[in-house]
Amino acid sequence: MFGKSNTGDEELRFLSRLTQLEGRRKFLKWSGLTIAAAAVACKTDERLQPSGPRLGSGSDPVDLGSGDFLVLNFAYALEQLEAAFYSQVIDMKYSGITDEETRVLDDLRKHEIIHRDFFKAALGNNAIPELEVDFSSVDFSSRQSVLETAQTFEDLGVSAYNGAGKFLENLDFLLVAGKIVSVEARHAAAIRSLLRPKSGFFAGDDVVNEQGLDVVRTPADVFALADPFITTEIDGSDLPTS
Amino acid sequence: MDRDKKLIFEALENPEVLEQTVSRRDAVRGGGMLGAGIALATMPVLLAGLTRKAFAQGPLPDSIVNPLNFALVLEYLESDFYEMGLDAGGLIPSEDRPIFAQISKHETAHVAFLSSVLGAKAAIRPEWDFTSGGVFDPFNDYETFTLLAQGFEDTGVRAYKGQAGNVASNDDILTAALQIHSVEARHASEVRRLRGLKGWIPLNQTNAPAAFAPVYAGEENTTHLGIDVSDFQGREAATEAFDEPLGLRDVLAIAGLFGTGARG
Repeated sequence: MFGKSNTGDEELRFLSRLTQLEGRRKFLKWSGLTIAAAAVACKTDERLQPSGPRLGSGSDPVDLGSGDFLVLNFAYALEQLEAAFYSQVIDMKYSGITDEETRVLDDLRKHEIIHRDFFKAALGNNAIPELEVDFSSVDFSSRQSVLETAQTFEDLGVSAYNGAGKFLENLDFLLVAGKIVSVEARHAAAIRSLLRPKSGFFAGDDVVNEQGLDVVRTPADVFALADPFITTEIDGSDLPTS
Repeated sequence: MDRDKKLIFEALENPEVLEQTVSRRDAVRGGGMLGAGIALATMPVLLAGLTRKAFAQGPLPDSIVNPLNFALVLEYLESDFYEMGLDAGGLIPSEDRPIFAQISKHETAHVAFLSSVLGAKAAIRPEWDFTSGGVFDPFNDYETFTLLAQGFEDTGVRAYKGQAGNVASNDDILTAALQIHSVEARHASEVRRLRGLKGWIPLNQTNAPAAFAPVYAGEENTTHLGIDVSDFQGREAATEAFDEPLGLRDVLAIAGLFGTGARG
């Protein structure tokens, strides 16, 4: 998976390993925005606890586990990413934000935190640790940048759950994924509607095909798209590619 | 035709009949079941990899056919509803037409897609009474039109969610059902926001008309896999963050309100 990363990322990761930064931040990239994002994630996370044996595993990448745990940890990673993003959006509201936009974005923040904390509780000792995020590509002072990033994350989340469903063996897990993915789709539509109101963009032809089917992505493809926003090194090599 | 319609509406009123409906209808008709409005000539185009793969695994078992026909009946309801709404002169304000045109396009595509997957086993298109015997006036009153749209979309989301486990034995069908499910959720969000509501469902949508209570019954659940999430970010947000499934019987009870045969 990381073979797809650019050389700069690989070097940073390598340097990070060499410098042996303490604890969870050992792979933190050296950008002010990343540190700010991590600080926000820490501040808003009341459940920041050591998360099982993987924390003490030295410089090894995060192991997602196997079977249904692999899929659930994968979802947990995405929910962590979304929760951190909306927390930062609300902490650094862009100027001119409307009441409606604030309501929507704050609701999304709450929902994603609930999803994140639900997965953490459901996974228990099998949960991956809290991830460090990198939103350096996002301009939080820009409405366009924030909403387009939100759209990217929500559409990505929809495609991820749609693609991951068939890999869940336990039907109770499948049902929970179904309960969450439709809320992600509601989010995606709302964000898209904020960007282009009174149009078909909420379920646009860029995400819904001529058969009326929403986007679906393999876990590996989703991971490749989410990876630039995640500083913590994750071993995604076991994620299904088809 | 009449006999087929009667069977469909027996099924709508009486879910136990649904299982028998397909085989009985097959015996009567022997194929050529696709309803009006679906161009047979376009079917090969619509047979994407999913359909071919599904069929490559052999004929669909009844355990898959029944949930898909259930979904198809709901898609018939939605596609007919939006088509009639778009055709009703002066009903939909011009600035809102792109929204309902997009939704209508998807529901029509869902009908075609499910019909193509089901092939000879596809249920026929029923006739609907969207006034529900004179209770509603959706094609003359825009508020009622959007209200019913909200109810249909939120019900659709719940219905697909409730059937996911029933089609999980077939990866391709499950994935396609999930892909339709999330499109219905996008629709629901948009229609709700158009109506001044949140795109997601707080509690059990206590501000909905009483007649809509069955659409939202149970949405207030906050416990999933034995984990109560109600205190994570407050109870209302907890209910919004998870959509709940609805079983076949409850969904058919809602859809059956709009079936002509059901009151025949």
